[in-house]
Amino acid sequence: MSRKPTLHVPQTPARPGEEPDFSYVHLSDAGEVERPEINTRVRDMVHLSEDMVRVLDEQHKGLGPWNPHLDEHDLQVGLRHMLLTRLFDERMLRMQRQGKITFYMQSTGEEAVSVAAAQALLPSDMLFPHYRTQGLQIARGRNLVDLMCQCLSNSRDMCKGRQMPIMYHWARGNIFSVSGNLTVQYPHAVGWAMAAAIKGEDDVAAAWIGEGSTAEADFHHAMTFAAVYQAPVILNVTNNQWAISTFQGFAGGERRTFAARGPGYGIAALRVDGNDFLAVYAATRWAAERARRGHGPTLIEHVTYRAGAHSTSDDPSRYRPRNEAQAWPLGDPIERLKQHLIVEGMWSDERHEALIEELRDHVTECWEEACSYGTMTEGPFLDKSELFEDVFKDMPQHLLEQRDQLRALEEDQDQ
Amino acid sequence: MPHMNMIQALNSAQDIMLGRDPNVVIIGEDVGYFGGVFRTTDGLQRKYGEHRVIDAPIAEGGIIGAVIGMSVNGLRPVAEIQFADCIYPGFDQIASQLARIRYRTAGDFFTPVTIRTPCGGGIRGGQTHSQSPEGLFTHVSGLKVIMPSNPHDAKGLLISAIEDDDPVIFFEPKRIYNGPFDGDPDKPAVPWSTHPKGEVPEDYYTVPIGRAEVVEEGEDLTILCYGTMVHVAQAAAKRVEADAEIIDLRTLAPLDVDTIRRSVQKTGRCVVVHEATRFSGYGAELTATVQEECFYHLEAPIERVCGWDTPYPHAFEWDYFPGQKRLAAAIEKVLEAE
Repeated sequence: MSRKPTLHVPQTPARPGEEPDFSYVHLSDAGEVERPEINTRVRDMVHLSEDMVRVLDEQHKGLGPWNPHLDEHDLQVGLRHMLLTRLFDERMLRMQRQGKITFYMQSTGEEAVSVAAAQALLPSDMLFPHYRTQGLQIARGRNLVDLMCQCLSNSRDMCKGRQMPIMYHWARGNIFSVSGNLTVQYPHAVGWAMAAAIKGEDDVAAAWIGEGSTAEADFHHAMTFAAVYQAPVILNVTNNQWAISTFQGFAGGERRTFAARGPGYGIAALRVDGNDFLAVYAATRWAAERARRGHGPTLIEHVTYRAGAHSTSDDPSRYRPRNEAQAWPLGDPIERLKQHLIVEGMWSDERHEALIEELRDHVTECWEEACSYGTMTEGPFLDKSELFEDVFKDMPQHLLEQRDQLRALEEDQDQ
Repeated sequence: MPHMNMIQALNSAQDIMLGRDPNVVIIGEDVGYFGGVFRTTDGLQRKYGEHRVIDAPIAEGGIIGAVIGMSVNGLRPVAEIQFADCIYPGFDQIASQLARIRYRTAGDFFTPVTIRTPCGGGIRGGQTHSQSPEGLFTHVSGLKVIMPSNPHDAKGLLISAIEDDDPVIFFEPKRIYNGPFDGDPDKPAVPWSTHPKGEVPEDYYTVPIGRAEVVEEGEDLTILCYGTMVHVAQAAAKRVEADAEIIDLRTLAPLDVDTIRRSVQKTGRCVVVHEATRFSGYGAELTATVQEECFYHLEAPIERVCGWDTPYPHAFEWDYFPGQKRLAAAIEKVLEAE
């Protein structure tokens, strides 16, 4: 019998109207996976790219060698920043629905990936975010008003009206600019880390992309350069299962994990429960120490779930079961850390509710302040000459002329 | 004054900048131990070490992505892309990242990167080693684009490019690396030591970005050209005994409109020349600029002499190359127009 090849099209586990099916997600037990020394050779820990680093068990206890044993204060700070990220997202989503901002992207369900990582790194480490890592900004202490002003493109917008909402940056906070083109920041992070090594500094770079954008050529470029030059960089893949409507199988996740790509390049790789704050913290800490001590880069796959829409421009009920988030086997990162704190006697439902109320009020106050710097319909507005600034350090003749042309048009309209 | 060919001049510029500024690094395919396939970085790794002159994987997109990150961390990288024909894998990083970091972050981050890349034909390189893609880059806002025509300018402009706080794409016409070329492949090669612009100071100096040079003054027509075509234009004008004012643009973006305007308003006639294909080419921008700036001074339609709108053909190189004959015909046509 001769057999012809047939085109394999990855089959999405569940579409609308079907039962959610996460049987493809391989899980390890909490505390089960070993934690090697940071100088371990890549070939001696390949299994860590297939297993899953987990600390919190079903009873919300922290188990095993990856437990970072954070103190009460650090755990509460982590919880606070994840909650603030979620409440900020909720507010901004609502503001988009009310037409106050043009666009928004939530990170709901993925808060641990950015908040725990930022907490595990040093303030001098450079972060190269993607568009669902607002938790990095919040964990590094960014004033929410700054983020809101960017979304409003108002007179205090850090981008001066040149970027869609959520494309933040923060030079003083060592957070690079979010790009709408995907994966481009991966080689930037590697180059930044190479420069740190060239200068003999012990700063580490970290970058984030989604699992879908590992298919971009820049992923391969970054992995090659990171491996070749042993750059002190942490390359994070947030595997939230979905790239807009396309399930992770279309990025090549059907047969091997995304972390498994690391050892192929000679890069250490960890596959981590991305909804386990303690696991993300511990994995990031391990990778940062490895990088800082000159043992090279680490690829970390954070297995998580995008509980919200991709952005305010899509409706997930059109492409996946409505109850899929409830069926996600790794739960919710905020709920899990909250229960852990309660189990450890460091927290209570009452304190949790009080914190939510406090943070919600804070978000409201910030929104009101942000609007005082201008909204889409009411001033103060940005000066339109900002359109021509910063294309170059000094404005060349042709842009000076174009700026004057726009001004003349404005004056005509005023008359 | 010492004579240098263009390769030696570019090497000297990089040597000086590596010596003057510890933040300057060079990265590219074969640039380190070997000193570059054209020898433009010869000896520099030996002198400055493997951390300053770095051999790279064959990944133009990776090289350009990495130098953006390096520049954000305070370095002033010079990336060599071995052939301009190989730059396209890095085009996304150039067009949507490198060119726009300053703008999209309102000046909070900037990328002082220089990308050097040999371009142009006349070397039997076929379609993958002969292209002139400058028009793809001049079309991107936020980039400065340079193409020198001689060793003296090459060195001074490269030093300016490395010192510039904005990204610069630096095209090197490889046909004239070793000597000026007037477009006649049958003539024996001429070394740069026979040309006044082959005299290159050994020390630091700059040639300003954004300034064209009138290489020959004339009254009857203006020829706008750059790179290899400067030498072809000079030979063609001589061939038909035209009193041509020949302008070497040197910087393509930002364009020195003042020098062009002054010349064409004087001569009233203009020929635009480049090796790159014609349709939507850089010459279209030059033609439009002359029309806008000098319309009432023009006495003849502007002529464009360019590569044909085909891929660069290996066996038909000299039919493709806009040589003296085609240029001379255009000059005569412009001069004859009433």
